[in-house]
Amino acid sequence: MGHSLIMKPDVLIVGAGIIGAACADALSAQGLRVTVIERDAVGSGATAAGMGHLVAMDDNEAELALSSHSLELWKELVEGQPQRHEYSNCGTIWVAADDEEMEAARSKAVTMSAQGLQCGVIGAKELYSLEPQLRPGLAGGLLVQGDGLVYPPKSARILLARAVARGASLVMGEVVALEQGGVVLADGSRLSAGQVVLAAGTRCLALAPDLPLRPKKGHVMITDRYPGFIQHQLVELGYIKSAHASEGESVAFNLQPRPTGQVLIGSSRQFDTVDMSAEPTMMARMLARAVEYAPALAGLNVLRCWTGLRAATPDGLPLIGPDPARRNVWLATGHEGLGITTSLATAELLAAQMVGSRAGIDSQAYLPSRFSAQGRAYG
Amino acid sequence: MADFITLTIDGRSTSVTTGTTVAAAIAIADATRPAPAVAASAGVTRRSVSGQLRAPLCGMGVCQECRVTVNGRAHVLSCQTLCMPGMNVKTGAAA
Amino acid sequence: MTEFFDILIVGAGSAGLAAAHAAANATATARRIAIIDDNPLAGGQIWRGGPAKQQDQRARQLWQALEAAENVSYMPGTRVLMQTQSGELLVQDAEQAKTLRYNQLILATGARELLLPFPGWTLPGVTGAGGLQALAKGGYPVQGKRVVIAGTGPLLLAVAATLKERGADVVAIVEQASMPALASFAAGLALTPSKATQAIQLGAKLRGIPYYANSYVTTARGEGQLQSVQIQRKGAKLDIDCDYLACGYGLLPNTELARALGCEITQGAVQVDLWQRTSEANVLCAGEGTGVGGVDLALVEGRIAGLTASDRAKEAQKHFPERASWQGFAARLAKTFAPREELRKLAQPDTIVCRCEDVRHDELREQPSWRSAKLHTRCGMGPCQGRICGNATDFLYGWRPDAVRTPISPARAGSIITLEPHKET
Repeated sequence: MGHSLIMKPDVLIVGAGIIGAACADALSAQGLRVTVIERDAVGSGATAAGMGHLVAMDDNEAELALSSHSLELWKELVEGQPQRHEYSNCGTIWVAADDEEMEAARSKAVTMSAQGLQCGVIGAKELYSLEPQLRPGLAGGLLVQGDGLVYPPKSARILLARAVARGASLVMGEVVALEQGGVVLADGSRLSAGQVVLAAGTRCLALAPDLPLRPKKGHVMITDRYPGFIQHQLVELGYIKSAHASEGESVAFNLQPRPTGQVLIGSSRQFDTVDMSAEPTMMARMLARAVEYAPALAGLNVLRCWTGLRAATPDGLPLIGPDPARRNVWLATGHEGLGITTSLATAELLAAQMVGSRAGIDSQAYLPSRFSAQGRAYG
Repeated sequence: MADFITLTIDGRSTSVTTGTTVAAAIAIADATRPAPAVAASAGVTRRSVSGQLRAPLCGMGVCQECRVTVNGRAHVLSCQTLCMPGMNVKTGAAA
Repeated sequence: MTEFFDILIVGAGSAGLAAAHAAANATATARRIAIIDDNPLAGGQIWRGGPAKQQDQRARQLWQALEAAENVSYMPGTRVLMQTQSGELLVQDAEQAKTLRYNQLILATGARELLLPFPGWTLPGVTGAGGLQALAKGGYPVQGKRVVIAGTGPLLLAVAATLKERGADVVAIVEQASMPALASFAAGLALTPSKATQAIQLGAKLRGIPYYANSYVTTARGEGQLQSVQIQRKGAKLDIDCDYLACGYGLLPNTELARALGCEITQGAVQVDLWQRTSEANVLCAGEGTGVGGVDLALVEGRIAGLTASDRAKEAQKHFPERASWQGFAARLAKTFAPREELRKLAQPDTIVCRCEDVRHDELREQPSWRSAKLHTRCGMGPCQGRICGNATDFLYGWRPDAVRTPISPARAGSIITLEPHKET
């Protein structure tokens, strides 16, 4: 792998995370010559830091359309080789603590079913038969059978390998500036191409500080192996409030059963800090929240804690489309906590826009230009 | 006068002197199995993620090979745990 | 729950006990001192089983003095989980967790063995050299068992002596260093007469045991447990039947806690100045953590650290010459017993390198770095947190480890939750 010395690439993609890799796959499938530029390792940034969940999210129509369409694309991708992605069709249970949350669960069921997603409201009895580790006194929840999880660094590698098989190149290097017709790398060299795609998450801000993005730090922890502790991804219905808050720090209950038998513990959100160190107080808050729902978690051994930076936009929807401020620059970023899920649909939409073809859903809601009218400043 | 402690390892009663670690008790118990299902005297504590039998390696709480379940708590380091009367130990050998 | 101490010592081996003893005797003000250790009994590795039970009278004297001291607390079975803020550590034992606040911290966390992969090394019955000694001191049944002791370093002889005392049948000692290097080391013992005496005594105890220098284990074999080993000896291979293989390739400082605190590390050891102070304010380090040099060096470093931490730097200086002599011994140790090149080639493609996650040599050797290997093969992601495989992969592939992650030891979720003030729902 290296520079394409023979012909100038059609597209340079900055970042070989799940988004960049998916875009490389989609664009190369359209016959474009693609070069991906990566600073660290394939799938090593936010892609490696997140929980790898494939989850339908319905906070608004556009989010539901994007996530559900992308889930269909994921099903096609992992079909026949789930082990390679470490895919597990574990499903999600949105846990309702009380009657008010049960109402929210029912309303979610309606919205999701209308979108064609297989799901069903469950009462307390069924909840406990499915997940005996949950604390007594909960009301029930919403089971979404089609949700699952993957190990994102592997998926990123697989997508990139597909692109490379079609002639794409991977260049290891750090992009330090955008310029007319290409990019400048840290070693002073230049790469040029007709189009540049920014898929570097929060690091896009280093290249385009005016982008409507803010970093949102998250902590994740993983335990030793306790097979069967939980069967489904478990999320509190209050998760969406946490994900869409625009200020402060928040934690939400979110547990995931990894195929190894380890329990992955999320989630937390902090604005505007880029200090990547794991903070004991945040860890304690997250675990306290998790133990409120699953008391026996207190006795499990936590092996590791790490952090990542989500790229968040003002309306919680990603930026997929042309950068209104820069010619020939495209954006595929701002995915907040839904990057893994929506990576494939993002790539499909971007590729469709770039080559002028049709995609499975409408791009309108995710166009970066939606922020030009109200000004680029975030919030 | 040596004090003896009785504990249960994989359902079988074992007697050891005070100051004996659980890892040692497991190896001692193995040696007295009548018809060993797993290798005798091997001190097997766990099965690896691909199912291999493992026993303590470093003896000092670093390698994690000596993990067993003690009184219902999983992943206890047996090389750093002293036997206590009535302890109930489960190794991965039984699985 | 938070407890406060003037001086907190992590590690109750020879360095930690010496430090506590030196600090406890401060005449000016009685300082609150605490020692924590992750083992159920104090003594570290060399005095495993408790200092009161050791033949080495220094152990018994230190322990007696410390038991009598009113200002010294001892917390066995206690591990450090993380630094919560400057001057504070979160620790847990089997029952509970608490935070410990200190003015001065002395790290005396010792060393672990370099364990290198070779075919069959994961078989039950294969242990470290110090590993089998530690297990035996905990009651592991070695009486009447055939043991091959292999690897490198004077530790092999000490292990042989311990096992023989406990009734083991030591069938061979296999040392990878060459005869000339060993002879040179033996000659150098004249510079540390007490070590020379020890060596002679050991030699007497081990008379009759086959000793193969310039040799190393290539394979361990057996069905479900160890049954025999193969040794490379000069140009030939030698098969030896045995019940245990105690194989370790020297000692490496335990630097995880120091690194987590931000201390500078040089050549795999915690960097300290003449007063045993690390690069971090109020953090000192003594013993094997600053560089492997044995119990005598650990005792004098511990003493210096304890004096420094209790504001008696001038008195500490008196011990510098003794330390210098043991540092010379440490340097000769490192030079003589450096693991040879051939050991890098023992692993076969299907040899497991990361034991926690069963990751094989053929999966790892194509990885460019430790970080990439972790991401793509799970190597280093298991509960040993890279302590065994990290040193092995450094030796095999030249990978440098990345930053120490929190928690630095597997931590019960409930222990971390104690940091959360709002526990009421």
